[in-house]
Amino acid sequence: MSPPTTPDVLIQLKDNPMRYTLFLYNDESAFQHVSQEDMQQQYQLFGQYIAALKEAGIFVDTDWLQPSPSATVLTLKDGSKRVQDGPYADTKEQLGGYFVIDVPDLDVALAWAEKCPSVHYGLIEVRPSAMPDDRNGA
Amino acid sequence: MAGKPQTASHIERVARTAYGRLVAILARETGDIATAEDVLADAFSKAMTSWAEQGPPKNPEGWLLTVARNRNRDRLRSSHHRTAVAGDTLDEMERRADAAIATTMALLDTHDFPDERLRLMFVCAHPAIDERMHTPLMLQTVLGLDAKTIATAFAVPSATMAQRLVRTKAKIKQAGIPFALPDGNIFEDRIDGVLEAIYGAFAADWQGEGQGPDQAPEQGPSDLAEEALFLIDLLVSLVPDHAETRGLAALLWFSHSRAHARTDAHGCLVPLEDQPASAWDRLAVERARAHLQKASTLGKLGRYQLEAAIQSVHAERAESGDINWTAIVQLYEGLLHIAPTLGAAVARAAAVGHAYGATAGLNALAQVDERDLKAFQPAWAVRAHLLAQSGETQSACVAYRRALDLTTHLAQRRFLERRLHEQLALSAKST
Repeated sequence: MSPPTTPDVLIQLKDNPMRYTLFLYNDESAFQHVSQEDMQQQYQLFGQYIAALKEAGIFVDTDWLQPSPSATVLTLKDGSKRVQDGPYADTKEQLGGYFVIDVPDLDVALAWAEKCPSVHYGLIEVRPSAMPDDRNGA
Repeated sequence: MAGKPQTASHIERVARTAYGRLVAILARETGDIATAEDVLADAFSKAMTSWAEQGPPKNPEGWLLTVARNRNRDRLRSSHHRTAVAGDTLDEMERRADAAIATTMALLDTHDFPDERLRLMFVCAHPAIDERMHTPLMLQTVLGLDAKTIATAFAVPSATMAQRLVRTKAKIKQAGIPFALPDGNIFEDRIDGVLEAIYGAFAADWQGEGQGPDQAPEQGPSDLAEEALFLIDLLVSLVPDHAETRGLAALLWFSHSRAHARTDAHGCLVPLEDQPASAWDRLAVERARAHLQKASTLGKLGRYQLEAAIQSVHAERAESGDINWTAIVQLYEGLLHIAPTLGAAVARAAAVGHAYGATAGLNALAQVDERDLKAFQPAWAVRAHLLAQSGETQSACVAYRRALDLTTHLAQRRFLERRLHEQLALSAKST
């Protein structure tokens, strides 16, 4: 599992990486009928994926989320607190987890997203970070 | 002061040839097309005064590039920019700008610029960008067309197009779309998008007609057709051994050769098979043939090559005097095999009608799913002609009317109205 290399770059502008979050969306109803065996296989595949991200030195963070009925939605935007049974959006495909990675550009991020096990049964949204750069001090 | 207009025209000449090259270089360095365009615009305006006073430099492109890069460095230094851009420290940006200047100087010494326009084209047609913006973005960044011109070609308000272009450039920067040449399989995937975008520029005038250039009428070559030819020639020069690039070049040049034959003196559409071959541009035909010939040596057949081959058979009429319709039917079958589209299926039915008679043509049309054809204008036009040929005057009239309902294209309407009136006259005679 190696990421595609960025070809010769005349003037190296991308020596500091960009941070992307891969949002993993999938159809939760399909999971209800997954066998124990298949689940084990998924754990294993994700374990391998995380190991590959770490080996490539691009891994920042990940989490795997409980199914969306477990979600609770909170807001103060109308001036008063509102707490509601979640999830926020009632769509067929729900957010099930995420990976945060540091890579040179979108094409490399997409190449890694393509290796994520869930891409075979769900969708992955790739979003760049908007955080001001405080990683240099880290 | 006498030197000024001369300077203006000199700058215009430089701009026409250099714009895309310079934007490509600057955009790659900054990762931001909008910034590249801005600093280049500043450089051009500085050139107006400086070249008038001191005469144009020996290497105008190099001059413009250096001034644009300096301008970019000034911007990066300004405190305004420091707050405007998140994610980069000032030191880093300066270091980059210095590196860029050093490279410029090295390039100026050798007078040898890398041509980065291919990278720019790949960025414009990146799958992460809204497909509808691929062509407009390419027209603007590679050729320097303004939003207004592009908006007109795509029949959208100018402000809308300008806004979409700004948003698309912002997405490229924010999403981190790289100015890189994809390799291997990714190159093959992505270059399809580039070819589609160029084809999109050529077909912009036929928007809404739902078919290729040759089925649709047009009053001489449009500006965008010329721009598309420039882009495809540029792409051929950058990847001369890519078969489908040659295929598209052939297709566009064949189509362009008929630009003046598509309509008659009354502004009425002339179908390809009825066009006087003498009205075709022979030089354009020769160019098209050379591209197709080269493509055929590269051993990788594709959609554009097949479409060009069909046009090539039509072009042979100039020498042989007739059209080999059976060959055209076979080529359409090949095309349907690798790239099945409704347009090709209908065009095949029309060719079958020419090769094997109207009944066979109608049968071929009947094989296409009726539901798909209901609102597909070319299908109604083809059906109408085939019905007229088989003497089914009443049904032909119905089909012509339906075809007319489905198009607003003036030359095409004139043509269909003429045919409809012929049928109406026939039916009046028979009753």
